[in-house]
This record gives sequence, structure tokens and C-alpha cells, in this order.
Amino acid sequence: MHATPTTRAARQQARRQRARHSIAISATSTGVVIAGLAVAIVLSPGWRTVRETFFSWHYFKQVLPSLPGGFWLDVQIFLVVEAIVLALGLMIALIRTVRAPVLFPLRVVSVVFVDVMRGVPLLILLYLFVFGLLALGFSFIPSDETILAGAALVCCYAAYVSEVFRAGIESVHPSQPAAALALGLTRPQALRHVVMPQAIRAVLPPLLNDFISLTKDVSLVSIFGPLEIVRIAQINADQYFNYTPYIAAAAFYLVITLPLIRIVDHMRSRALRRQNALVLM
Amino acid sequence: MTRRTSLAATAAALIAAASLALVAMPGAAAVAAAACSNGSLTLVHKGQLTVATDAPAYPPYYENNKPANGQGFESAVAYGVAGALGFKNSQVKWTIEPFNDSYAPGPKPFDFDINEISITSARAKAVDFSTSYFDNPQAIVVVKGSKFQHVTSLAALRGARFGVQVGTTSLSAVTAEIHPASQPKVYNSSNDVVTALRDHLVDAIVVDLATGFYLTSGEIPHGVVVGQFNAPGGDNWGLLLAKHSKLTPCLDEALAKLRSSGKLAAITKRWMQSGAGVPVLK
Repeated sequence: MHATPTTRAARQQARRQRARHSIAISATSTGVVIAGLAVAIVLSPGWRTVRETFFSWHYFKQVLPSLPGGFWLDVQIFLVVEAIVLALGLMIALIRTVRAPVLFPLRVVSVVFVDVMRGVPLLILLYLFVFGLLALGFSFIPSDETILAGAALVCCYAAYVSEVFRAGIESVHPSQPAAALALGLTRPQALRHVVMPQAIRAVLPPLLNDFISLTKDVSLVSIFGPLEIVRIAQINADQYFNYTPYIAAAAFYLVITLPLIRIVDHMRSRALRRQNALVLM
Repeated sequence: MTRRTSLAATAAALIAAASLALVAMPGAAAVAAAACSNGSLTLVHKGQLTVATDAPAYPPYYENNKPANGQGFESAVAYGVAGALGFKNSQVKWTIEPFNDSYAPGPKPFDFDINEISITSARAKAVDFSTSYFDNPQAIVVVKGSKFQHVTSLAALRGARFGVQVGTTSLSAVTAEIHPASQPKVYNSSNDVVTALRDHLVDAIVVDLATGFYLTSGEIPHGVVVGQFNAPGGDNWGLLLAKHSKLTPCLDEALAKLRSSGKLAAITKRWMQSGAGVPVLK
């Protein structure tokens, strides 16, 4: 039996009504929860102190002009580190997935690299890379704490990202490269045009996770002297005995990460729609 | 409203008590002393004086990272204050309080914190300070053979790369008094400041003079104190308490006793090396 135009219209209308209904419910419940939390916080006995210590408008205005310079340093470090991380991470993932026997020693090196770099706490890795390497006294090691700390970040994050890429590559069904080979593509071509596009699409969300995590970890570079945004906030907080500067610094991070998250979410849902043309949810 | 009124009343009473003490009326002093004796104090833990400092606790302020051994300048001052308040040494309990947490809002886990904390009016808006128990000049430390080893003025140090510890008066002192060409580098701990000097990431470090003496006598064997200078407005260290703590006037009173009896001077002489031999840079 085929649905007649009128029954189809009725179905669509019912679906729309259901959607409107659920939007109304979720909006109401969200409003109630947020209002409840806000009232609970504001009515709490310590709210006045918390407002003055963490959300003082006076200190916020005072510290704001000193922050953009520090944040720009973070952004620069982040962009350079992230670019190298993506390249190095992908390289390690490929080395670990390609099964050519000649590459065996390289595979061992990358396995050890990934295990060690992921296993050692980042803070300790940073100390080893900066103070440790410099103490060796070799003249070819750059005497620049930002470069050395950046190298530590690269190693740590490349290890994580390589595993993300590897998971993506392995998630592509073997029938895909098999079909590509059957069609006459070479192995590199199959990897480049069939496997990688699907793999990368699958791992975009976890990649973004590492991305965002890195934006914040970049501030660890401040341990070795550079005045980046969190350090500038700390200096001000220690001077005035007030934590508002940290909140001001956090605002800068949100300005960058929130749009990033939304953009990638959007890309992801568009890709999903294209991939599964028939979504019944 | 009630709170404000009672605070105002307390403040008025304190001012009255202070002015009475100033004209040295024996009756007033006796009244104040009674309010500050061991039994009547408002304490975090009943019957014991809870004193805080950061960990690790460095010489010459503490020895062997053990505040409770009574050795080291600040440990000795803390036990002196406790004694003046009528506590036995065994009634003094130590707790660890990282500097960055010491000014957090809410109840404090200590009666007072003694951790080389400089008194400033900005900080005094968030916490209470006792009167100063030490005034410390700043010291410039370089490694031997540095081109800055024989400078005779602060202006000659303008080209140096400086390292300082975060949260210290040294940072503002460098910026205000030396105006270095490059931004000072800022580190989390004095250990990291020292490592940066050893690794030649900086040419000079600025610490308080007492720390300077300690570092050059052990931690940095090739280190040398080039000179001393004063932070703008001086660098007076005070005991830190919760804002509006009832204990604050009592600590002031205890410190006043230590001062007048010469005990504070004796403690200072024993633990803090005199800076007389170090050139004052201007």
C-alpha cells in the first residue's frame, strides 16, 4: 500500500508537532535548571566573597589590557605546535599501520615513542626537554625555552594524535582498500584516496579534543619564563590577592575554543548527513 | 547591616585600644594582654596554635624542610610569637599552605601563615597582616665570570635577562627600579629560578637578600651576590591571617613584645646574614 499525499501530509504535521513539543519541554527544563542553579549560587552564604574574589569587575577591567599580548604568544606557539603535531602524528600512524617488513625497525621506534611520550606526565616531559637538555651543555641545542618546551608539547601530542589517526585508519573496513586495489589503484593511491578521507572524517571529534586540550596545555610553557596569559594572570592575582585575573584569562580561551567546537560539530553533522542520506532519527 | 555595624564597632574599639597603647597606659595594656592570652583566643583548633607555611620550606627561613624543629628564621619567629601568646612549643602545630592558596576566600585552615609574604595595601584588602617582622632588601645574583659581575649601578644591568619567582616582590622591584630591556622571565619556584640561571636562560636573578646569601653559599656554587637594592616602598614581611581575624591585634602585640625584649633582633641576627658587606646599587 502506498501512502497517499494526504496521509503523508498528516504524518509530516504530526512529526513537526512532536518536534515543537520536545523543543518546548527541553527549553523549559533548561530554563528551570539554570535559574535554580543561579539562585542557589547567588543565595549561598559565601556568594558575596566569591563574587569579590573571582568575579570582581574592578580587577577584571584592570587586568584586561595586559592579557592580549600574553594570549597572542600562546596562539603563536599553539599554531606552530599543532601543525607539527598533525604531520608527525599522521606519519607515526602510517608507519604503524603499513605492514611492509622493511619498516619493522621504524615500527618499533614509533611504538616505543608513543608509549613513552603518552606515559610520562607532560610536566616532567617539559622539565626534561628544557632544563634537562640545556644542562647537557651541547651548543647545537637552542638556548630558547619556548622552542624546547614547544618540542616537548609536540612529542606528547604527536603520540596521542598518532593513536587517533591509527584508530581512524583501522576503522575503515578492509573491503574498502580491497575494492580500490581491485579497481586498479596502487596501495599508496588506495590509502590516499579511499582510506584516509574516511579515516579522517571518522576521527575529527577526537582530533578536536586533543586540539582543545593543546590550546590549554600551551600555557605550561610559562614554567620556563615566558610571560603568557595564564602567567600574567597569576602575577596579577598574586599582587592583588584576588583570583579574577584567572577568570579574565579563561574568557580568552573560551573565545577561541567555543567557536572551534561549534564549527567542527557543524562539519561533522554535515558529513554524517551526506554519508547516511537516510537518517530516520 | 548588623555585620557592618559590629565591624565598625570592632574597628573603633581597636583604634581606641591602639591609641591607648600608644600613650602607654598600663591599665589598657593589661586589658589587651588579658584578651590575648592563650585561653581566650579564637583558634582554628582549640588549644593549639596552627601555623602554616609553604612546602618545601627553604633555608634560611626553615632548616631541613622541617618547620617544627624551631630552626631557621621564620620557624624561630613563629615559636617566639607562640611563646609571647602563652603557648608551649608542643602546642604549636604546622600545616602546609601553598602561597597561591593563602589568599583564597573562605575559612582558613591555619591561625596564621608565615611564608616570607610581603605586606602591600592591595593584598591587605583580601587578608589581614600583622606588623612587619622583617624588612628585606632585594639582591642581584649572577654566576661568576658573567659580564654583569662587576656592575656598580642598576642602569648597567638594563641589558641583562632577569629571572624571578612569581608572586615575589622581586618582579615588581626589577620592573620598577631596573627597567630591563627584555621582559623578566617568571618561574614557579626558586628552584626553577636557580636552574634557569645555571642553564644560562637568564643572566641574573633577583631574590631577597637573605635568599641570595643562601643560594650563593650552596645551591649555586659559582653564584655571587652583585649588589642589593630596595624594592619601591621597601619589602616588609608580615604574618598572614584571614581578613578581620580576631587574632591580628594579638599577633601585633606578641611581635611588639618580641621587639621590645630584643628577642626578634636576636633571632634575626642568628639566622639572617647581615647585608652590610654587599654594595647598595642605585
